[in-house]
Amino acid sequence: MSMKALGIILAGGNNTRMGSLSDKRAIAAMPVAGSYRSIDFTLSNMTNSHVQTVAVLSQYNARSLNEHLNSSKWWNFGRKQGGLFVFTPTVTTNNSWWYRGTADAMWQNIDFLKERHEPYVIIASGDCIYKMDFNKVLDYHIQKQANITVVCAKCPEGDDIKRFGVVKMDTDGQITDFEEKPMVAHSNIVSTGIYVIRRRALIELLEQSNREGRYNFVTDILIRYLGMKKIYGYMLDDYWRNISTIDAYYRTNMDFLNRDVRMHMFAEGAPIYSKAMDLAPAKYNEGAEVKNSLIASGSIINSHVENSVLFKKVFVGNGCTIKNSIIMNGAYIGDNVYVENCIVESNETLLSNTSYVGKDSIMVVSEKQNRYGV
Amino acid sequence: MGSKEMIAMLLAGGQGSRLGVLTSNVAKPAVAFGGKYRIIDFPLSNCINSGIDTVGVLTQYQPLVLNSHIGIGIPWDLDRNNGGVTVLPPYERSSNADWYSGTANAIYQNLNYIESYDPDYVLILSGDHIYKMDYEAMLDFHKQNKADVTIAAIPVPIEEASRFGVVICDENKQITEFEEKPEHPRSNLASMGIYIFSWPVLKEALIKLKDQPNCDFGKHIIPYCHNEGMRIFAYEFNGYWKDVGTLGSYWEANMELVDLIPEFNLYEEFWKIYTKQTMIEPHYVGENAVIKKAIIGAADQIDGTVENCVLGPGVIVEEGAVVRNSILMRGVHIAKGAVIDKAIIAENTTVGENAKLGVGEFAPSKLSQKVYAFDLVTIGNDSVIPANVSIGKNTAIHGKTEESDYPNGLLESGGYIIKAGE
Repeated sequence: MSMKALGIILAGGNNTRMGSLSDKRAIAAMPVAGSYRSIDFTLSNMTNSHVQTVAVLSQYNARSLNEHLNSSKWWNFGRKQGGLFVFTPTVTTNNSWWYRGTADAMWQNIDFLKERHEPYVIIASGDCIYKMDFNKVLDYHIQKQANITVVCAKCPEGDDIKRFGVVKMDTDGQITDFEEKPMVAHSNIVSTGIYVIRRRALIELLEQSNREGRYNFVTDILIRYLGMKKIYGYMLDDYWRNISTIDAYYRTNMDFLNRDVRMHMFAEGAPIYSKAMDLAPAKYNEGAEVKNSLIASGSIINSHVENSVLFKKVFVGNGCTIKNSIIMNGAYIGDNVYVENCIVESNETLLSNTSYVGKDSIMVVSEKQNRYGV
Repeated sequence: MGSKEMIAMLLAGGQGSRLGVLTSNVAKPAVAFGGKYRIIDFPLSNCINSGIDTVGVLTQYQPLVLNSHIGIGIPWDLDRNNGGVTVLPPYERSSNADWYSGTANAIYQNLNYIESYDPDYVLILSGDHIYKMDYEAMLDFHKQNKADVTIAAIPVPIEEASRFGVVICDENKQITEFEEKPEHPRSNLASMGIYIFSWPVLKEALIKLKDQPNCDFGKHIIPYCHNEGMRIFAYEFNGYWKDVGTLGSYWEANMELVDLIPEFNLYEEFWKIYTKQTMIEPHYVGENAVIKKAIIGAADQIDGTVENCVLGPGVIVEEGAVVRNSILMRGVHIAKGAVIDKAIIAENTTVGENAKLGVGEFAPSKLSQKVYAFDLVTIGNDSVIPANVSIGKNTAIHGKTEESDYPNGLLESGGYIIKAGE
């Protein structure tokens, strides 16, 4: 199956619950699982589902994301048929707004939607970690003769359900109730932020909403039309996580220490792609002592690491202990440094003989030290 | 096609028979090196890093792995509209069809490829060495000296010079004499087999010598140019340059990479080495794993002990297995309790539970003393080693072996089992 649907990835958002982690980058560009960025999962799902045309809509702090997407070949886009498009807000004669919401972001690119010929659109977000064949939800959507299908999942254990859209369905799967970020949740089924809709129907809804000055896809379209349109839920029963709080981000990375999660994401089915970085393999020196950890390419390890995820090109000096922590790309950890329950920012330098411990919650280490002294 | 100042011709057709079972169905330039690379990645990366965007790769022996590795050249940025990488196998003509019979003959058979780029200079490379070199600096040297031919040469210890072709130069680095493997060398400058020719000079020589059987650069083309009185210069190279043509030197060059600060550094930003990467996920180290002094590839799963080793991508070392002083290429699977010392194990081989590799005393190889002579256990790609067998030193195995292939559960030192390849 090809060319039946085009993809839109909403990667514009920021979230205050990411704290200083999103100072540096859009959530879609957050490094995940050692070798990837968050958006790789949705992009790979699209390409593995033979969705050949994908538009990424981004605006917040898009530099990291744009850099990551500077070539589309790693995900096998960039073909004569289709391609990968990155759309940031632009000033035109009749528009000078930033994206005012998810529906507005799509509306501002409505020409793109109009010029395509694929009958369906798959809308997804860039901040979720999962593996999914979009053909299955598309088949479901067609079989149910739905107007909109919302991909749903059980709220991940330990996650805060109040930050999601909470969904109730009838026995046929039709959504009867959709509450966005409710104070009290009446179900443990949440929207994953993945939707299927006919392209023509989407264009119509976006134009209607824009005329009414409504800009948000969930509250202004999905919930408003709940009684009028056939909106179905499709259950995704596999691993699915949204990373847009510090806590969820930390736990999602730690999930990859679990063999079942690794097997599901890396070994079974279609692969997850990412941009090639051309780094040498990881190197362990004499003092290395690594237990229950994930280590990415280009890292050099001289001492103790346990229950941790080390991203690409991390250097761990002599006499260190790294415990229950996430060390992001390019971090340099000097000698005799103690790190526990931390997320160490990318390209961070931890000076020798220092100690960082997250006591009640995960500590984000963002010191911006000078690596090479004065 | 637009013309190019210099194009490279990379000789990748050789078998590399001294790598034994490692090259029974893989051409030597495609043999894995340093965890994630293949030998040909070094000259290919040198080309793109030197600004050479047109490379003809001459293949002949067992090209499948090599061809799929090179593809259209994406990893090296050699996918180009004009130029890029082109794989050049021997082909049939209306009058005849010849295999490449020598290094220069292979180039001669592809004169039309070179002509189509109308180059000023042609760089001749081989796929046998591990090194980082700026060919552009060598070209500058060639131009400055108004040379017809420039040969890259590296200083070697004088007592080892008799293993090489050495060049004798005047004070301006112009070569006055050649000595092939001299008993009493008069120079320590060894030829690296890397040549820059001014294209008209090379073309003339190739056509003049077209009927020379097994026409070879070192044996025929260079002596011809020398006799014709052409200006031949030696470009002295002082970096890391390692021949990996024997199992011993191949094993040693890999092992040097695990030194605290290796002489050949792959972790620098400058002069990156590119390769085709099929596995990108991080590797996982289990609760009871011990890893010291090792290079560990992407997607590996290590639950056992790994010391002083170079591991490619997708390698599995199960709990209780101990691997020391060894090279495991991509996809190798070591089962529980296996103990391995000084082995080179090629791609996708599985070693059964409690197998012992590298045991016993030295004995000369019964297959080839010239090839298997470094106390190594060498196992070809896609082989199977059954559980509970013991394998001695200087041994060679290729193919899916079974318990019945090991009398009393043992392959003695010097023994071999070849059930696959030629």
